[in-house]
Amino acid sequence: MKNIKLKKHKTETFKQPLSEKITEACLRFAAWLCIFFIACILYFLVKESGGVFFSDIFTITGKFWRPISEPPDFGVWVLLAGSLAVTLTASLIAVPLGICAAIFIGELLPQKFREFLKVIVEFLAAIPSVVIGFLGMIILAPYIKEAFDLKTGLTAFSAALMLAWMAMPTIVSLTEDALRSVPDTLRDGALALGATKWQMITRVLLPTAKPGILAAAMLGVGRVIGETMAVLMISGNSARIPSSIMEPVRTLTATIAAEMGETVKGDEHYQALFGLGVVLFIITLLINTAADRFINKKYTEES
Amino acid sequence: MNFKKQNPINQQKRATFGLGLITAIVVIPVLLILGVVFVKGISVIDWNFLTTEPTNGLREGGVFPAIVGTLILVVGAVVWSVPFGVATAIYLVEYSPRSRAANLVRLAILNLAGVPSVVYGLFGLGVFVIALKFGASILAGTLTLALMGLPVIVTSTAEALKAVPDRFREASLALGASKWQTTRHVVLPNSIQGILTGIILEISRAGGETAPILFTVAAFYLPRLPQSIFDQVMALPMHLFAISTQVPNIGLDVRYAVALTLLFLVLGINAVAISIRAKIRKNRIW
Repeated sequence: MKNIKLKKHKTETFKQPLSEKITEACLRFAAWLCIFFIACILYFLVKESGGVFFSDIFTITGKFWRPISEPPDFGVWVLLAGSLAVTLTASLIAVPLGICAAIFIGELLPQKFREFLKVIVEFLAAIPSVVIGFLGMIILAPYIKEAFDLKTGLTAFSAALMLAWMAMPTIVSLTEDALRSVPDTLRDGALALGATKWQMITRVLLPTAKPGILAAAMLGVGRVIGETMAVLMISGNSARIPSSIMEPVRTLTATIAAEMGETVKGDEHYQALFGLGVVLFIITLLINTAADRFINKKYTEES
Repeated sequence: MNFKKQNPINQQKRATFGLGLITAIVVIPVLLILGVVFVKGISVIDWNFLTTEPTNGLREGGVFPAIVGTLILVVGAVVWSVPFGVATAIYLVEYSPRSRAANLVRLAILNLAGVPSVVYGLFGLGVFVIALKFGASILAGTLTLALMGLPVIVTSTAEALKAVPDRFREASLALGASKWQTTRHVVLPNSIQGILTGIILEISRAGGETAPILFTVAAFYLPRLPQSIFDQVMALPMHLFAISTQVPNIGLDVRYAVALTLLFLVLGINAVAISIRAKIRKNRIW
């Protein structure tokens, strides 16, 4: 009798009932779908671009984007230059300001103000990019035009300024996360040795949280490169290689959004825009995967 | 050495002041943006503006179809993305926290989150609109938005699940509950508010997106409500884009009013999420 009971108990513990297995299989299926989705996106972008990468008219180094001339010219470089001009300028503004703000909000500010500022940063993240674009057109552009005495206020600089603020929430909150993940024992150790809070931040916190902060900066930059509507509305949409950031530019994203409506499925222009999609996808994939490396590094160092 | 010359206390004061100034530079424009849009837009908004259709080539009338369209898109996106997103998060946190497959899924989600919105728009156009022949429709648009929102749901749900202490799970397992019973009756009830917060954040994000719906669902001008999921709809962000760039001679105050309506909708939803989260933190029993 005793034996049988024991045996029954064993089977119950070590053999999962079928329903459990089915549930786990369903959950695993959903998770693996995510990998399928990302592969699917790349596959369709490449498929719809229809081999435009191997044609003469679509060139990565081409300096002219003339989709409706005969024969058309799809030079990616001119758009890439626009994207780079906007992204680099925005990053130069957003990364230092964002990191400083994160240190202040996360480490120096008293608790009760902290929540309030975090809510504002979250609101900033929630403002739709089309609203940012609208305000950039209406308020910022005329101001930039007058302040720098330009022909138009719709320039790479205006777009970068607005985009810097759009990247700010990502940088601020991820930097804060990175700082918070530094164990309290390190903080306490530094303070116990007589360091001021500021010395503790610059000599203990920042070096320890460096990989996480780098990841935050990279993900912020990734967000700027992919931003579409605000850039479309503010950057001036001129497909020429800019000689300074005070000139109108055209980015990869804005070109896709502006021109997709004019194309017919399967024509060269349609394929070229999907080609731009592939370029954008690869750029952001590289940035995100690199950022992920940093995030993982942070965790292993901690443990 | 450098730090010997300066009094560390003064140094700290100066650093705090400098960082505070920078934080103000970051934060004040946000308040300015909200303030300006509110002051300039509020005069146009009345009951009529919110409940009538646009007339005279979008120059007059209200934004009713755009509001309804945005709500439909948001609900659709949530319906598609929440089941998959929550299931994925449960698998990652509860079933397979450190396996290689889970890391791959995690990387895929990080990358899904990083794909530019306009690329989602391209994907939706190529797959849902053209290849699957849905046409520019609510179905195509909501599927595109859902795919885009998936990483938000997964990340926030995973955070909520991780916040449940392991001793809850151990107690349940020790009482003889199976893994799924533990997840279903112990972990999920204790993290449901966190999951809800993530869903609400996804709603507010999906409501403000323009690029993914540009080619998949949004209509420039469609002064009637949709009849089926194969119809196009107007949407508030698209409407603001259209009247800002495509329609000449439109009153500035009307544009501000549309911007304010959109901001009100998105930030209002966001505020709900923030207050739920504050409540969770306050009521947390562990």
